[in-house]
Amino acid sequence: MIWVDDNDQSCSMRLHLSLVVLIEEQRHGAGNSPKIMLHLAPPRPSAISVQVSSASHLKFSFRKGGMVEFSRRLTDQIARKRWQNFGGPQNSAGQSGFRIGIAGIERKLQTEQKGVNQQISHAFEDLNSLMKAAKDTVALSKILVTKVKNRQGEITDDETTQLKSYLLSLGVDDPVTREASRSDNIYFQKLAKEISANLTIPLKESGGLMTLTDVYCRVNRARGLELVSPEDVLRACRLMKAMRLPTELKIFESGVIALELRDFSETVVIKKTQEALEVSPLTADMLAKTLGVSVILAKEMLLLAEKQGVACRDESIEGLKFYPNRFLST
Amino acid sequence: MASKERFEMPWQYNFPPFFTLQPNLDTRKLQLEAWSALILKYFRSHRLHIIDVNEAQSSPLFHNVSLNRKLSTETIQLILEELRRTGHLEWMDKQKRRGWILWRSVDDWAKLLYRWAIDNGMSNTVCTLYDLLHGHDTADEEFHNMDQDLMQRALKALELQKKAEVISMDGNIGVKFF
Repeated sequence: MIWVDDNDQSCSMRLHLSLVVLIEEQRHGAGNSPKIMLHLAPPRPSAISVQVSSASHLKFSFRKGGMVEFSRRLTDQIARKRWQNFGGPQNSAGQSGFRIGIAGIERKLQTEQKGVNQQISHAFEDLNSLMKAAKDTVALSKILVTKVKNRQGEITDDETTQLKSYLLSLGVDDPVTREASRSDNIYFQKLAKEISANLTIPLKESGGLMTLTDVYCRVNRARGLELVSPEDVLRACRLMKAMRLPTELKIFESGVIALELRDFSETVVIKKTQEALEVSPLTADMLAKTLGVSVILAKEMLLLAEKQGVACRDESIEGLKFYPNRFLST
Repeated sequence: MASKERFEMPWQYNFPPFFTLQPNLDTRKLQLEAWSALILKYFRSHRLHIIDVNEAQSSPLFHNVSLNRKLSTETIQLILEELRRTGHLEWMDKQKRRGWILWRSVDDWAKLLYRWAIDNGMSNTVCTLYDLLHGHDTADEEFHNMDQDLMQRALKALELQKKAEVISMDGNIGVKFF
């Protein structure tokens, strides 16, 4: 964008569109003409003797209208990124000698951009090597396990289990990835198997039921670098039932989604809740502590028990508490 | 509400969930039934006939001070509607603010009054409504001190059965049993 002084044609001002970060339209308020605000990136240092403004934004005022049209054109131009196309010829021109003015600055910017790109790819190379290193670590841990197994006599069982648990917390040694699978379907099936295999024990420890949020966190923690998306976890979990895996998805009426052990059926949940209630009336919070499940799940368990007529509620300023349903039993 | 005889609250009264309307329909049905029974028993035991929805919450019946639990007005209305449905309540106004709690139906009141009249040799004599309600002779009867309008309704029922006649005398109401 170039401004030229009407009186003195040699005096001009320009704005490189690549510096525009954000276009903000300000509709006219009372007595104000409509305005467009351009938020700018800091200008790159220029080798050429041009005065550079360090302003971080620029305001256009449209006293006689035309803002909408201007805004549309500007957005269009910025979206096209025409300055990138100039890169080729300008570079060759630059090699042949100095070029002052707009083209010169643009060329300069081009070189800088290249530099940044290179830096970024370097950074990614670092990540790649880190991932390689992680694979090595996993391989090493495997070797350790075998060694431990062979020397079982010399090391006490306690130490073995301890070391094993350390190694286990290193995570899944060969995570299922979408790239390595022939199709999405196979990928999700494999992922379902992986999740099921890795979470069966934690599920047993946490009362047979775990919210999908917790599942997601645990799965990704175990996978380490090969993270999976929440959608993938959900899709994989949906397949579990059909695949007859020991875990499956449970969707409560309230919409809370959880992973449960297959033999952890509704009757078991209700029985557990009932037993806990017989000891004393409970809030969801208290049941969560008693059974070692999350508060959300404890609430679902209580609501389920209520629905089945096993529990009844007491709502007061002290909160929502559940009691054994003495209306039905007496 | 002064207690005329020792009234014992049922176990539910000390069970906190009794004061929360239960969302489970099966449970709620039993809860409402228990409340209905309690209200009728309580009113009968205290010889009360009229319930005022606005004042109900301040009655110890709906407010268990030791538990710090109070039945909400909405729930009270729901229970009263249940009582109406089973014929144990009649609203006195369209706004449903006041109603008769019929721990005895109007017809039963009529029968009771008639039997008392016959048993006491009052047939073919005129008694005043005041005597029936507050007189010495009826002190032991369940209709003693009952709501005047309710008694008049019972007498009306007897009139329809040609067992009594209501007479208006100098602003006083009298009744003649046949």
